[in-house]
Amino acid sequence: MLNPDSVGRTFAGVDVITVTQEEINSFAAVIGEKNTSVAPPTFSIRISLREFENILTKPEIGLNWTRLVHGDQKFEIFRPIVAGDSLTTSATIENYKIAAGNEIVTVRSDLFNGSEKVVSSWSTLVVRA
Amino acid sequence: MIEVGTAIPSHEYEINRALLKQYADASGDQNPIHQDEAFAKSVGLPDVIAHGMLTMALAGKYISDWAGGSQNVKEFSARFTKPVIVPAGKSVDLTVSATVLEVIGKSVRLEISATSQGVKVLGMAKALVEQGN
Repeated sequence: MLNPDSVGRTFAGVDVITVTQEEINSFAAVIGEKNTSVAPPTFSIRISLREFENILTKPEIGLNWTRLVHGDQKFEIFRPIVAGDSLTTSATIENYKIAAGNEIVTVRSDLFNGSEKVVSSWSTLVVRA
Repeated sequence: MIEVGTAIPSHEYEINRALLKQYADASGDQNPIHQDEAFAKSVGLPDVIAHGMLTMALAGKYISDWAGGSQNVKEFSARFTKPVIVPAGKSVDLTVSATVLEVIGKSVRLEISATSQGVKVLGMAKALVEQGN
């Protein structure tokens, strides 16, 4: 169970994430995207989902990642991610509820290149009862 | 001429187990429900299922193509209503189409439909794109 006291907390990412051309190429290849000068629109999930896992499975937060399914997803893309971006991350636990025994948590990720916000995204994650 | 109600031709993508492995490696999401049939069934799923985010990535490709490139996609959201079930040894379809919901200057809001094997797999799927960048 998620610790309800964690709702509203924001966590700064520990590492600066440097995006490589190889990562963009691999992601683009899956969907058949030939233009790899910018990252595909959903590329940032590669960064945010790992960050959410790191935060939500901390012992003091306590989410059970093994029974997790993805409920919904939203991206606001201020500019496309490109190779060489050095992204700092911030994640906020925005909402938490229990419905029919399922835990439903909404987490937000903000990615910055220096002071420039690049992408905000929201993931609603469901821990099945 | 793009106006509210314009229907954008559908496109069919193929999803198979090899693509799920490729997406797992490219995205870092190695959850075994997307690769291991025995594991997927052990947690109550009918078979291996595609990553919801793979479905969304393919729908994102559809939108990017229509908008003239990934750089023109400004907002994109979807709900994962039903899983895309991917049996061993065959490919299943992901059929994506869209309708113009709103036109504001160069910005166009799209409502996206995505089905696999006749089942709707994305709900409330919408995107905001800017044309001509």
